[in-house]
Amino acid sequence: MALALQISQLCKTYRGGFEALKGIDLDVHEGDFFALLGPNGAGKSTTIGIMTSLVKKTSGTVKIFGYDIDRDPSRAKQQIGLVPQEFNFNQFEPVEEILLNQAGYYGIGRKAAKSTVEYFLRKLGLWDKRRNEARSLSGGMKRRLMIARAMVHEPRMLILDEPTAGVDIEVRRSMWDFMQEINANGTTIILTTHYLEEAENLCRNIAIIDHGKIIENTSMKTLLSQLDREVFILDLRKPIQSPPHIEGMGVVMRDHHTLEITVSREASLNEVFRRLDQEGIEVSSLRNKHNRLEELFLDLVGEGAAA
Amino acid sequence: MTSREKFVAYFTIVSKEFLRFVRIWPQTILPPAITTGLYIIIFGGLIGPRIGEMEGYSYMDFIIPGLIMMTIITNAYANVVSSFYLAKFSHSIEEMLVSPLPNYIILLGYVSGGVARGLMVGSIVLLVSALFSELHVHSIAVAIGITVLTAVLFALAGLINAVFANSFDDISIIPTFVLTPLTYLGGIFYSISMLPEFWQGVSKLNPVLYMINAFRYAMLGVSDIPLQVSFAIIAGFIVVLFAVALWLLNNGKGIRA
Repeated sequence: MALALQISQLCKTYRGGFEALKGIDLDVHEGDFFALLGPNGAGKSTTIGIMTSLVKKTSGTVKIFGYDIDRDPSRAKQQIGLVPQEFNFNQFEPVEEILLNQAGYYGIGRKAAKSTVEYFLRKLGLWDKRRNEARSLSGGMKRRLMIARAMVHEPRMLILDEPTAGVDIEVRRSMWDFMQEINANGTTIILTTHYLEEAENLCRNIAIIDHGKIIENTSMKTLLSQLDREVFILDLRKPIQSPPHIEGMGVVMRDHHTLEITVSREASLNEVFRRLDQEGIEVSSLRNKHNRLEELFLDLVGEGAAA
Repeated sequence: MTSREKFVAYFTIVSKEFLRFVRIWPQTILPPAITTGLYIIIFGGLIGPRIGEMEGYSYMDFIIPGLIMMTIITNAYANVVSSFYLAKFSHSIEEMLVSPLPNYIILLGYVSGGVARGLMVGSIVLLVSALFSELHVHSIAVAIGITVLTAVLFALAGLINAVFANSFDDISIIPTFVLTPLTYLGGIFYSISMLPEFWQGVSKLNPVLYMINAFRYAMLGVSDIPLQVSFAIIAGFIVVLFAVALWLLNNGKGIRA
């Protein structure tokens, strides 16, 4: 499959000497749903900024669907739709105007853009707000407006930089559905997010960037298979006074009604329940302490980091 | 991008800019009309008759070309400096930067927006003037040429100011401390032939003098400066400012990290 993104030896040193990227290499295949994760300040937004020409690179090459951003910037940009982290539209412009103008910047006339604009506004639940000024929208609507804006020229690659930050779960799920739909229709998606559950559920491949270097770049399946343990929280039906001892597993009593059990990959949950049963401990519910990707992420970049 | 796509993109920026200043007409269109009306009433109507004739015309007739030109200069400049700086401040400029738009189209779009506002407000001031004085037109071609070129020049200057601006203060410093003195000392209210020789020489370093005089020639047929000199100086400034503005955009000054 053709490469949607080819990054080679990309470096960025900001004025003042901060080295944001230290020679990263990254390939993303056409049609992929790709997660680019990393702690704050790791270099994710700088990478996206360089791809979209908002940040000037120091050295290295970037190709978008084979178009070099230095030699053929116009064609490279044509392929990309960007949903940035911060709201970056004119808050005083009506919603529909923002989209029509964006289409215009790509050389699409108002008449030709009307139907696409209507399609994406309806799809993202903004059609009724089309004549409202953008500042009157809720946070979730503003995020969806930026997604619609990024799609008006029907790009082959959509870059989403923390698109669901600060939106409620219902809106987030509807945005996930939308992303999955356009990905299924062939749009390559690159996603950065703080919600690792989001990346785990949506993305097929993943790169983790830390201190300006790619420290992991593999498929989500391969990465998750590296998980050598999981931590479960067990809610108990009756209070206990001390934690039970279970061979080969770490058991911590968080309070009289809650146990935290670390289970290694080789061990079986049946063993956990058998031992608890022997101790007369009844479990009312069970959940993961972190999601699986979060466990791995914290292992890779350190406990203090946030995605 | 094809030529047609570039034209669509250019037209999008111009119409966006046009709608922006029309939408906020109480801030952009009305104040200059009122201010100039007051100038005409006070200086032309009340004080003017006591001053008498200047260059063979009533004082009111003499100052009207300068007042119109002052309006064009300040509005062309203000439109671009405020609009481009706000786009930078709100990051909405990124909408254009991530698109395949070449920088020269962005530049032409903003400059055209500034020219549109300068000429629109200038036309309104011209109509206001017609209420108080009989308008003279010596050369319509010179009038159109000089107003358009002047608006282009100051729209370019406004964009350069906005590129360097880091705060709202920075977009008012140049208009207040440079543009206003240059305009007032550019011969709106007097002919430089009234000045001592030394100050006549100093006045000739002021580019605004050439614009006001050229427009006065277009309306009244009188000027302190030869018309060709005025056009040559304005064209020279436009070429230099266009090159500087484009270089700044290409280098991402103030807009790309």
